[in-house]
Amino acid sequence: MKLIDEFRDPALAQQLVESIRGVATRRWTIMEVCGGQTHGLLRHGIDEELRDVVELLHGPGCPVCVTPTTVIDHAIELALRPGVLLTTFGDMLRVPGKHRSLMQAQAEGANIQMVYSPLDAVKLAQELPSTQVVFFAVGFETTAPATAIAVSQAEALDLPNFSVLTAHVRVEPAMEAIAQAEDCRVNGFLAAGHVCTITGYEQYHKLAQRYRMPIVVTGFEPIDLLVGIYRCLQLLEQGSFDVVNAYTRSVRPAGNLAAQEILQQVFVVADQPWRGLGEVPLGGLILASKFRGFDAVDRFALERTTVAVEDECQSGAVMSGRIRPTQCPHFGSRCTPQSPLGAPMVSTEGACSAYYRYSNLVPLNTSPAS
Amino acid sequence: MCLAIPGQIVRWLRRDPPFCEAEIDFLGVRRVCNLSCVPEAQVAEYVIVHAGVAISVMDSAVAHLLLSELRSHEHEVNGAGLGELHE
Ligand code: SF4
Repeated sequence: MKLIDEFRDPALAQQLVESIRGVATRRWTIMEVCGGQTHGLLRHGIDEELRDVVELLHGPGCPVCVTPTTVIDHAIELALRPGVLLTTFGDMLRVPGKHRSLMQAQAEGANIQMVYSPLDAVKLAQELPSTQVVFFAVGFETTAPATAIAVSQAEALDLPNFSVLTAHVRVEPAMEAIAQAEDCRVNGFLAAGHVCTITGYEQYHKLAQRYRMPIVVTGFEPIDLLVGIYRCLQLLEQGSFDVVNAYTRSVRPAGNLAAQEILQQVFVVADQPWRGLGEVPLGGLILASKFRGFDAVDRFALERTTVAVEDECQSGAVMSGRIRPTQCPHFGSRCTPQSPLGAPMVSTEGACSAYYRYSNLVPLNTSPAS
Repeated sequence: MCLAIPGQIVRWLRRDPPFCEAEIDFLGVRRVCNLSCVPEAQVAEYVIVHAGVAISVMDSAVAHLLLSELRSHEHEVNGAGLGELHE
């Protein structure tokens, strides 16, 4: 399709690699915030290609990875209750909870259905009036509008058998938590293009100034990623702590106002425990009081999750850029996609899964397979 | 999770939020998607769709401008041009 292939053009990619080499006078450390970007960088071998001029650290942008174990255990508990159908994105199914994943629970009889959209869960609730349909909602600001629309639809339809188990998270507070850490090595951020499509990027100026780090809003295709890196290095070389939009075909400075309005109607910002990173102040979205009737935690009298239980997985260190996935002692031995210890090994946006999948790198100057 | 793909609007089906819906063509595969976040979108425009919901109308003109800037190496001459098309 037009405007996909162009942003994967190998010749243009090679030209940008040369521009990047031309602009860098030293090796800089940049963090790409979104796990989708991590996968793009590794799939196309961009991190290897540019290894001598830029160290790419992988950020916290994997909502599946930061969902606390206790919330996954809640989802399993609900799916095992008679009369309940738990629906969620395919990405969640293999993520380990305390003792098992949703997929393992399914083999033991838990009633779980994968959906492509929360709106499909609303349709299921309409079709199955005697079943309590719960949507297990995870995701950043990119995904939260879809959940908000689903809840609004359920309210408009007066659906008594639809509810949501929410673990929605916000990106900016996580970026701030990383930037303010004493041992932070990040010189600049590539901000998450689809999150910024919703939120805009005007709010990043404060962050960039406070922590003296340029922030470049970046997309996901190889050309987008290379332009993001180029712009970030250019700002770093100029000593500028500016915020720049390198994903202009989707992101507007103030974001998507209609989506923000829908979010504000349905959700309020709250502190949230993140798996691996601990409590993140203002790090999540919970249902506003008007919509609490659709909260599965209340409806099924579950205990609200207030702490993220630590496990053997080193995801916190990986997601804050302190270690690379391959530096985790469990990588590839006790932890593999077939038998994961932590979420980053199974999520399609997890950094560990990216390292595991793309260890045989495709050179940048060949046409990508996908 | 934040994966989002572009598709072209074939026709609007419903205009009442939160049920706004249109038929979207993704490389020949047609799906009904929710357009509550892009109520201004018009038939034949491209939207970027995530989890069944269009999250933005793709600005094709701006995309082509960026590509031609890149191809002409304009970003190296006046570096500031890139990425500031919307500012
Ligand atoms: S390799 Fe496995 S245990 Fe180690 S950080 Fe990654 S997911 Fe966690």
